[in-house]
Amino acid sequence: MNKAVVVSGCWLPGLSLHEAFTDLLHVNPQRSVDITQPSFDSPSSYWLRAGVGGNCGRFSSLRDIHSPAPAAAADPDPNPDPHQTTSPQTEPTGQPNVIMPFGNTHNKLKMNYSAEQEYPDLSKHNNHMAKVLTSEMYANLRDKETPSGFTLDDVIQTGVDNPGHPFIMTVGCVAGDEETYEVFKELMDPVIEDRHGGYKPTDKHKTDLNSENLQGGDDLDPNYVLSSRVRTGRSIRGFCLPPHCSRGERRAIENLSIESLDVLDGDLKGKYYALKNMTEEEQQQLIDDHFLFDKPVSPLLLASGMARDWPDGRGIWHNDNKTFLVWVNEEDHLRVISMQKGGNMREVFTRFCTGLTKIEGLFKERGHEFMWNEHLGYVLTCPSNLGTGLRAGVHVKLPNLSKHEKFGEILKRLRLQKRGTGGVDTAAVGGVFDISNADRLGFSEVELVQMVVDGVNLLVDMEKRLEAGEGIDEMMPEQK
Amino acid sequence: MATSFTRMMSGRNTAVVLASIGAGTLASGYLLSDSAAAAAERKRAYPPSADFPDLRKHNNCMASALTPTIYAHLRDKTTPNNWTLDQCIQTGVDNPGHPFIKTVGMVAGDEESYEVFAELFDPVIKDRHNGYDPRTMKHPTDLDASKITSGMFDERYVLSSRVRTGRSIRGLSLPPACTRSERREVERVVVTALSGLKGDLAGRYYSLGEMSEREQQQLIDEHFLFDKPVSPLLTAAGMARDWPDARGIWHNNEKNFLIWINEEDHTRIISMEKGGNMKRVFERFCRGLKQVEQLIQERGWEFMWNERLGYILTCPSNLGTGLRAGVHIRLPFLSRDPRFKKILENLRLQKRGTGGVDTAATGDTFDISNLDRLGKSEVELVQIVVDGVNYLIECEKRLEKGQDIKIPSPVPQFRK
Repeated sequence: MNKAVVVSGCWLPGLSLHEAFTDLLHVNPQRSVDITQPSFDSPSSYWLRAGVGGNCGRFSSLRDIHSPAPAAAADPDPNPDPHQTTSPQTEPTGQPNVIMPFGNTHNKLKMNYSAEQEYPDLSKHNNHMAKVLTSEMYANLRDKETPSGFTLDDVIQTGVDNPGHPFIMTVGCVAGDEETYEVFKELMDPVIEDRHGGYKPTDKHKTDLNSENLQGGDDLDPNYVLSSRVRTGRSIRGFCLPPHCSRGERRAIENLSIESLDVLDGDLKGKYYALKNMTEEEQQQLIDDHFLFDKPVSPLLLASGMARDWPDGRGIWHNDNKTFLVWVNEEDHLRVISMQKGGNMREVFTRFCTGLTKIEGLFKERGHEFMWNEHLGYVLTCPSNLGTGLRAGVHVKLPNLSKHEKFGEILKRLRLQKRGTGGVDTAAVGGVFDISNADRLGFSEVELVQMVVDGVNLLVDMEKRLEAGEGIDEMMPEQK
Repeated sequence: MATSFTRMMSGRNTAVVLASIGAGTLASGYLLSDSAAAAAERKRAYPPSADFPDLRKHNNCMASALTPTIYAHLRDKTTPNNWTLDQCIQTGVDNPGHPFIKTVGMVAGDEESYEVFAELFDPVIKDRHNGYDPRTMKHPTDLDASKITSGMFDERYVLSSRVRTGRSIRGLSLPPACTRSERREVERVVVTALSGLKGDLAGRYYSLGEMSEREQQQLIDEHFLFDKPVSPLLTAAGMARDWPDARGIWHNNEKNFLIWINEEDHTRIISMEKGGNMKRVFERFCRGLKQVEQLIQERGWEFMWNERLGYILTCPSNLGTGLRAGVHIRLPFLSRDPRFKKILENLRLQKRGTGGVDTAATGDTFDISNLDRLGKSEVELVQIVVDGVNYLIECEKRLEKGQDIKIPSPVPQFRK
């Protein structure tokens, strides 16, 4: 609390108010706030009493101030029917759209200049956006914005600022909300098609999170496969995505996530660690477990605005067994990770599916669903993660195979991708590779994990053959 | 669209309760007592309390000045160019503190920012500029270099002399906010004007995006080239967008008058040379500035300036003169004296490493320059540097001879 004194030192009369304010704003799920009983005697208690009322009373006073139009609407049901697709209240008419504080800044101003004057210089660029965005397309799309105020320039800024990446062809555009993929279809569709192996605007994506459908996968050779991991992302419908959300929006996402995750039990029971409140000890533990995510340093992420306000609203939840992990508000609303040492990918995937399904149910109970549609599957910030958003991978020792001239070709045919064990921006060390599925969209979760399981089994067999001094030519796989 | 909007509203409404739990009641308190928001203000999904940044670990001028009340008043306002408070303060929210200096923590997106968000800019300006009050005080501008006295330093100590400032083109947004067209317009206006310079000021422009490898190496060797900002203070403010589009360097053939275009400000103007002839450096600086101003005025443009804040620049720390006059100077004895810091303080001087603001000094060579920017004219500030550096040299000489030195009395603040 002394820190608040320093921070608002020049504002002494309201000191305790500021203190009270920031204290209450701080997310602390363990502490229940009973606003009828102010916890300290100070001028701030006046403000607490001023707003006292039932849940609906407090809520409706906020709503009235911000949307005076729907006076005829009843107080919304605090537990809306999750199957109802439209809200029970009438849509306010004549109200301007709800705007996030960033984005949209200059859309009106830019219209004073011609599209040609505003068109970015992409001559040295090599990313999916730059390949697709012609000056005509720019002219067509630049006066549009999503309901929350995300504009074309917001979508493409990261691609304009980052001409290329040494290891991979980057996407070069992001979404600020679910509607981005609709409003800027003209750009997003060809980017998606290019990135996801020819996926057409009319194609349908299938979702399959039934781990029973996976064949085998429980016996990848642990002498070679050091660890197995499956991750995906989920976005909460109705909220803006990390490039665009305001602090209030991000905190709301955090609160919803904590509320839902806290209910998990059994082997999924766990605890939330907010990044900004972590003790030194907790931080070190999370680093040792390889769980902690840090403020992004990649210019790809920074340029899109995802790191704003760090570490506010960010945190890590994991189960007591340390095999199931959720990142909140990093590159997506939620990143869900299941992992363990060794080669039992089946178990990892089963826990993954169970956990995800439970979490989805818990969100639905609270009136929220995940962003999903039958064309794009699960909707995430980066177009590269659409569909399943799934990356299933192993850390595997392939010192001989990785030196083989056909290694790249084999991976390509198996629809697999290699990375260093530090993640996407690293190179492999000591013959240990991160091998995972290359695809995200157009295949179901089960299909992708199956590809990894079958593919890794083959790679390990090839490694063993090369170790024994034998050839692998007759083992070359067909293109999947 | 309609369905998604209502879905969004219903999703948010529940979340609004959760997001502002407890704090929401404070918000209602604020809002109830606040006069009705103007209809022109933009609607937000959340009350200001839910969006108020967590500044408990922060130590910059913005964090010291920003209260929930100010935030609630200003959050929904925009400048005529649609620039918002959140955009002004983002760099200060993202960067809690700097190891060597207390940072400002906010930037302007356009000239109007300083007015529309005055409720926050004014206390920040006061904090940063020693109590200068933009509501009541006027800033003097004086670019008459002939007034400088004793402006020639002992070159056994002073290795080089330099004066820099910035200028913004009125009517175009500043680097954190500008669109690509605006930035290209700044480049066009300035480069056209510079092509009109003659005599010892005649020179040429090198666009960052189109430079050849050779030109680039040449500029690096001459210590002229500026690179894409890596400081998170600058990148968080959005100044590095679209790099290197419309960025470039202009310098005269003599290589002692240099202009950076679209780096941290629309323009940064630099006059420098080896040795200790600060008077000549400043004389060329003033002459060049005046000519550039005349050349842009001929085409109907002017610099952003007003009598409260002087020259308007992106960072509030550079308001007024935007002037940093400095030397690279060797002070082996004085720098080891425990009174060095106090002497500099009283002389209103600041030390930096020779690599610039984010570096520490190596060896005995320091970058010594004026601390102040606003409230004193260009001539006054350069004279302060001249007098101060001469004093430091005197101290150094005395310490060399084993004589004692005195801490000088403090230079007075603003003129009465």
